[in-house]
Amino acid sequence: MAEPFLIGENMTGGYGAADILHGCTLAVEKGQIAVIVGPNGAGKSTAMKAVFGMLKLRAGHVRLDGEDITALSPQARVAKGMAFVPQTHNIFTSMTVEENLEMGAFLRRDDIRGTMEQVYGLFPILKQKRRQPAGELSGGQRQQVAVGRALMTQPKVLMLDEPTAGVSPIVMDELFDRIIEVARTGISILMVEQNARQALMIADRGYVLVQGANRFTDTGPALMADPEVRRSFLGG
Amino acid sequence: MDILNALVAFLNFVFVPGLAYGAQLALGALGVTLIYGILRFSNFAHGDTMAFGTMVTILGTWGLQAAGVSAGPLPTALLALPLGIAVTAALVLGTDRAVYRFYRRQKAAPTILVIVSLGVMFVMNGIVRFIIGVEEIGFTDGERFLITAGDFRNMTGLSEGLAIRTTQAITVVTAVIVVAALFWFLNRTRTGKSMRAFSDNEDLALLSGINPERVVAVTWILAAALATTAGVLYGLDKSFKAFTYFQLLLPIFASAIVGGLGSPIGAIAGGFVIAFSEVTVTYAWKKVATYLLPDALAPDGLVQLMSTDYKFAVSFAILIIVLLFMPTGLFKGKSV
Repeated sequence: MAEPFLIGENMTGGYGAADILHGCTLAVEKGQIAVIVGPNGAGKSTAMKAVFGMLKLRAGHVRLDGEDITALSPQARVAKGMAFVPQTHNIFTSMTVEENLEMGAFLRRDDIRGTMEQVYGLFPILKQKRRQPAGELSGGQRQQVAVGRALMTQPKVLMLDEPTAGVSPIVMDELFDRIIEVARTGISILMVEQNARQALMIADRGYVLVQGANRFTDTGPALMADPEVRRSFLGG
Repeated sequence: MDILNALVAFLNFVFVPGLAYGAQLALGALGVTLIYGILRFSNFAHGDTMAFGTMVTILGTWGLQAAGVSAGPLPTALLALPLGIAVTAALVLGTDRAVYRFYRRQKAAPTILVIVSLGVMFVMNGIVRFIIGVEEIGFTDGERFLITAGDFRNMTGLSEGLAIRTTQAITVVTAVIVVAALFWFLNRTRTGKSMRAFSDNEDLALLSGINPERVVAVTWILAAALATTAGVLYGLDKSFKAFTYFQLLLPIFASAIVGGLGSPIGAIAGGFVIAFSEVTVTYAWKKVATYLLPDALAPDGLVQLMSTDYKFAVSFAILIIVLLFMPTGLFKGKSV
C-alpha cells in the first residue's frame, strides 16, 4: 500500500516527564478528511500538536509526502504546506478580517488576492465584514476567519483542532459543509472533534484515541456502525 | 479685552508649553508601549535610551557646528538627529543581542525582564555620564523665537504677550510627522501589520510564519528612533541633563499606562493628559485670575495648586486614579 500523504507514525511523547501519547499513529490521504475522536483527556489535541511539531516526540516520525519532517519547527512545517487552526486564540482579534487573512499569507510573496477571493467565496459573510475587527464577530464567524487565515497559505494539509467548539448546531453543520468543500479542492484535512457523530459522518478515516493510543481505526461510517464504538464513545 | 488677555496668558504659560511637553511625553510613551506590546515587558531603560540618543545627537551637533554647517533658522541638532537614531538603534540592537535575547530564549517572566532592563538602564546611564558628563547642556541654536512676546503685543495691542519658541513649534510639527509615519507603518505595511499581529497573538503569529526575531529587531529600531527624537526635542525645548532624562521615565510610564499599555493611540493621549495635568496643577493662575475676576476678588496669593517641585506627584496621582477606575487605561491596553 502506498504511504499516506501525511502520517504521524508511532508517536510517543508529552509535555513533561510523563508521556501523553503512546505509539499513536495518525494519517490522512490527499483530499480526504481524517477525524480524531475520543473521550476527554485521550490526547486528541496533543496528537494533533505532535503532528504539527508543537510537541517533542521521544519516538516515532512524522512524514509529509514521503519526506521526514519530524525535526522541523511548526513554522518550517507551515512553509512545507501545513496549516493549523488552534482551538482557541485562533484569530488576531484587534485586526480586521482582511488583515487576518493577509497575516495568514505572510510567508507568500506572490499575489494573494486570488486566494483571498477563494476564501471570501467559501465564507461570503467574511467579505461583507472584511473591514471589521475580527474580535467583534460572532463565534461562528470567528471560526470562519480562523479557517480562512489558515487557507491563505494555500496549504496541502489543513489541521483543525475542534473547529466547532462553542458554536451552535446550525453553524456547526455549515462549517462541516465548508470543510467538505475544502477537502474537495484536494486539501487533506486532519481534525479533532468533540461532536463525534457528525464528524465521523463526513470522515473518510476516523481514529478513536484512548489514553494516547489508537483504539479503533476505520472509515467514518464503519466506526459509526461498530457496536463497541457506539456503546463506548458515541453514547449508544 | 481682559478676557482676551486672560486667554493669551493661558495660551502662553499653559497651553503652548503643555502642548510641547505633551508631544515629547507622547513620543517617549510610544516607545515604551511598542516595547511592551511586542516584547511584553516595561523597559525601564527607556529614559536612558533617550539620554543616549540625545547625547549622540549633541556630539553630532558639535561636530557639524565645528565644521561650520548649520540649518539656518532651525537648530543644527535636527541635522544630527539621523546620526543619533542610527547609533542608538545599533546600541539597543546590540543590547538585545547580548542581553535580552538570552532571557527571551529562556522564556523569562516579564518581571525578570523588567529587572534586566533596570540593569541595562544603569549601564546606559553610566555610559552617558561617562561620555558627556552630568552637567546641564544647552544645544539649541538658530532662530530662538517663532514669535516673541513683544512682537505679539505690538501686533495685537494686548498687554499680554504670546511667545512661541522655535523649539516648541519644531517639537509639535516633528511629533505630528513622526506619529503619522508610525501609524502609516503599523497599519499599512506588511512589517507593521506583522508587528501588530505579533503583539495581538504571538502563537498565531508564529503559526502564520511571522519571524519573531525580525519583529523584535524592527521594534527596537522604532523604539530607538522614537526615544532619540523625544529626547532631542525635550533637550532642545529645555536642556540636556543626564539626570533629568532618568527622571523623565516617571511621566513617560505614567503616560503609557494611563493611555493603556500596548496601545499607540493611548500613549499619545496619555502623554497629553499627563503633560497638561502637570502644567495646570503647577501653574500659578494669579495672572489669569486677575484678568478674569473683578478687582475686588483679585487673588492675593499665586493661586498655584502645587509647587513645580511636586510635578511628578501629579503624574503618580493621575496614574493611580486611572488604574483604580480603568485598570487597562483609557484605550484598553493590556492590563498590568
